[in-house]
Amino acid sequence: MKKIQVIGLVLFIFGLIGFSLIPFIGTYQLEREMVEDKVKEEHQDDMLRILRPMYGETYSSNFSFVSDFNHYFDAFNDELKSNEDWDQVIWDDYAFDLTKAASQGAVSDNPYLFLGISIGLGVMGGLLYILPLYRNEPEGIKNDGIYFSSMKSRGLLGIITGTWLIVFYVILYWFPEYLTNLVLMVDPLSIFLSGNPASQWFLYGLIYTLAILVMGIRMFRKYRGNTYQTIRTASVMFFQLAFAFLIPEILVLLNKPWHDFKNIWPLDYSFFYDYRMEGMLSSGALGMFMLVWGIILIIVCVPLFTYFYGKRWYCSWVCGCGGLAETLGDPYRQLSDKSLKAWSVERYMVHGVLVFAVAMTLVTIVNYFMEFGLLGQATDQLHSVYGFAIGSAFAGVIGTGFYPFMGNRVWCRFGCPLAAYLGIVQRFKSRFRITTNGGQCISCGNCSTYCEMGIDVRWYAQRGQNIVRASCVGCGVCSAVCPRGVLKLENGSEEGRINENPIIIGNKSITVKS
Amino acid sequence: MNDKKKKIIIIGNGIAGITCARNIRKKDENSEILVISGETEFFFSRTALMYIYMGHMQFEHTKPYEDWFWEKNNIQLLQAWVELVDFNNKTLLLDSGKKVGYDVLVLATGSVPNKFDWPGQSLNGVQGLYSKQDLDIMEENTVGISHAVIVGGGLIGIEMAEMLASRDISVTFLVREKNFWDNVLPVEEAQLVNKHILEHHIDLRLETELKEIYGDDSGKVDSVLTNKGEKIECQFVGLAVGVSPNVKFLKNSDLEIGRGILVDGFFRTNIQDVYAIGDCAEFREKPGDDRKNIEQVWYTGRMHGETLAHNLTSDNAVPYRPGIWFNSAKFFDIEYQTYGLVPNERKEGIDSFYWESESGKNCLRLVFEKESEKILGVNSFGWRLRHEFFDQAIQEGWSLEKVLQNLHKADFNAEFFDKFYKKVLEKYASVSGKKIEIPKRSFFHRLIGSRA
Ligand SMILES: Cc1cc2nc3c(=O)[nH]c(=O)nc-3n(C[C@H](O)[C@H](O)[C@H](O)COP(=O)(O)OP(=O)(O)OC[C@H]3O[C@@H](n4cnc5c(N)ncnc54)[C@H](O)[C@@H]3O)c2cc1C
Ligand code: SF4
Ligand code: SF4
Repeated sequence: MKKIQVIGLVLFIFGLIGFSLIPFIGTYQLEREMVEDKVKEEHQDDMLRILRPMYGETYSSNFSFVSDFNHYFDAFNDELKSNEDWDQVIWDDYAFDLTKAASQGAVSDNPYLFLGISIGLGVMGGLLYILPLYRNEPEGIKNDGIYFSSMKSRGLLGIITGTWLIVFYVILYWFPEYLTNLVLMVDPLSIFLSGNPASQWFLYGLIYTLAILVMGIRMFRKYRGNTYQTIRTASVMFFQLAFAFLIPEILVLLNKPWHDFKNIWPLDYSFFYDYRMEGMLSSGALGMFMLVWGIILIIVCVPLFTYFYGKRWYCSWVCGCGGLAETLGDPYRQLSDKSLKAWSVERYMVHGVLVFAVAMTLVTIVNYFMEFGLLGQATDQLHSVYGFAIGSAFAGVIGTGFYPFMGNRVWCRFGCPLAAYLGIVQRFKSRFRITTNGGQCISCGNCSTYCEMGIDVRWYAQRGQNIVRASCVGCGVCSAVCPRGVLKLENGSEEGRINENPIIIGNKSITVKS
Repeated sequence: MNDKKKKIIIIGNGIAGITCARNIRKKDENSEILVISGETEFFFSRTALMYIYMGHMQFEHTKPYEDWFWEKNNIQLLQAWVELVDFNNKTLLLDSGKKVGYDVLVLATGSVPNKFDWPGQSLNGVQGLYSKQDLDIMEENTVGISHAVIVGGGLIGIEMAEMLASRDISVTFLVREKNFWDNVLPVEEAQLVNKHILEHHIDLRLETELKEIYGDDSGKVDSVLTNKGEKIECQFVGLAVGVSPNVKFLKNSDLEIGRGILVDGFFRTNIQDVYAIGDCAEFREKPGDDRKNIEQVWYTGRMHGETLAHNLTSDNAVPYRPGIWFNSAKFFDIEYQTYGLVPNERKEGIDSFYWESESGKNCLRLVFEKESEKILGVNSFGWRLRHEFFDQAIQEGWSLEKVLQNLHKADFNAEFFDKFYKKVLEKYASVSGKKIEIPKRSFFHRLIGSRA
């Protein structure tokens, strides 16, 4: 390894350690004014009263602060609950906002410094490591040593990385109050972009985008010479940076609802939720456009583009989840399960989630038109179950945290309802296929190994059959790694696309149907 | 024939034996099929051995079928070495001492690497590469070493060089020929590969042969001597000077053996109910003009297996008739494909058109009959070509011009790659003075990425 890469690696590790430790520094002190500032009108009296014992008290860690806060807050709610005073219970989550407000000390005083020694070092170290990769080497497949790498083949480093990611996601989704220091350090950036202080979601969006950008550059290095990979990677980098990160923040700056114009229902499962609908309907022409555009995406763009290009147009060119998988997740693509069993589990799960998402949305819409009559409770229940199980646990914790264990597309393969919808179109009405080049396949297995969707590409290739599979995201890596030039992703006429009983070219004695 | 219950034994679970077993089972539900093989329990892809060593894959990934596949299809597997075949009593003797009887015997025993009685060739650290065991030994032999010598400028030799280079072991590559593999490749192509080998920092020694191998006191190789009198220090020697049919255990029996097991066009040996397919079979008569008597590639093994399976399950036995020749390989980063006839030297009545890219990493050679300009074959490097296209063009004898006119349809490179066919047409125009226009695609067709 070149010296500069070692430096990069060291800086990156320091950045990561910084990022992991920052949440635990500083002190916390709650004041009455903070409660007045952060708590809604209707809860003010209660909250001011129940938190009174905390005012002026200095807590040396967020653990003790949050623990005290929860103690008082839960005691209040528990009593109401046991008396069945349901409408008085405070369901809102004030832990994050109040912890953030109460945080004192180094991070809020020097946000830039801490941003620098955590995320900044990480990005810089990452780039120093990545930029010299494969320098002075000819273009070609760079898979040497992947299965000797502890990081990339479920070794200790992989397990540590996966565990770190899982812990991070769990805290992010369910205990963000412990991350307030990290959020504080990105406050200035958030205020610059949107005029508002940062939430944990801004922090997450920022590191997500940086991960795609930095690891996207790694893709440029790794697949140098492969124009398809280069353009595709540039595309996901662009859509993440512009559509998922910058534009939504700018919308907020302009007092419009936060909106990601490339996110499509049912991946964007809350699109038809009443607060989103109201947000859009009350934002004038632009809001109207958001609504109409969102619906056009669902009913026109998905079928039309998928007909012409296959689901890849979205999954490996536009989507943010796909973007992260194709960049940050690329080192783990070979870890997907290729067994027939996994395929059958996949079909039940992904279509199950689609059914769930559609049913939930229908109930939501009916409910909306019934003006929250009958189904009010049911919708809320459905939303919270979906949000917890699918939106957070599946898409986040498992989706990304499991990269080092089950490959980079666990969510896209087993859970994403939009992928299921795109896949149905791709399988039954599309011009996209991966063509198998006659009899050239030598059954080596590179294609199957590196298919992130766990498709046993070789099964088809060795029998001369085109690959037409609902799950294929068209990443093109099977084609890239094939040493015999057997696979080509292409759009063509529907005739002969699916050849169930292929005949391999070359044998004139008999025509064997494979 | 499907109702008779026979016991078919196949020796060898390589591509030939396994394809035969699968295809028999597809048509014949009753017969007992037993595949006996000594190397591994399950069928794996020999062609992928190098990728295990390079860390691209694990052995598990090289198995084209999951382990449950065999039981589900009622194909029995037995890992054992057959030591002797008693053709008179139709029984096999296994290394365990067990005897197994058969009704039909298919020999698909593959090849063994050649050795040419070099002094020192049995020292530790000197080996060929053919089997899974060879790979395991190579793994042991190359732990902690710094320099290796590879002997033999063929496909396996260059694979071994690539394998070692991937582990930062420097390699001296001894090639007897003037240019790499020029007993198959025309000189331009061979030189293109030479250059690429050097680009990978391999110490390529052309027109150099191995004389002798020396070892240290512990019996481990420490250097080699070349025919040019040079002594090269090394801790590993890879011998990759071709393979021969694996027939040793069959010698001294009634089975007729030449270099391989002699078979007719129906894969029948001289003994009733005994057949041979794949690398180990030698055709008494060449199966085609441009075909060899022994076919040692992956897909021919597959076609042998398919054809024999058909003959064993049908009343209409057919002779083996391969179509247009094709093959492919990869030299480090440069892929190579060939279709039809491409002689390595100039031949009477045959001419060719050659194009090479500026980078020197892509080229195309179209071989045609001088008189009629009928296309005979094609070589391409760093440029994937559509098999179907050239199979048809060569079979139907398209003219060179027709091939060029349609060359864009033969392009099998990934989307957004350089359109080499444009460069080819430019070069053709400049050497022949004939300008060939390819029909322009409409904006819409370009937008939807359609080749039609
Ligand atoms: C490193 C390497 C790379 C290659 N790459 C390519 C390539 O890229 N493209 C290509 O077309 N070809 C390639 N080949 C050649 C190709 O692999 C062979 O042509 C093909 O595998 C032969 O198949 P087969 O079924 O005839 O024999 P094999 O695959 O050799 O199978 C024969 C099996 O029979 C077993 N056997 C033999 N004798 C006995 C016995 N007495 N008892 C029990 N079992 C026995 C052997 O152990 C072996 O497992 C390559 C070969 C090697 C070694
Ligand atoms: S089949 Fe190929 S293109 Fe499709 S997802 Fe798998 S690797 Fe990517
Ligand atoms: S990578 Fe290519 S040659 Fe290898 S199994 Fe896949 S299609 Fe066949």
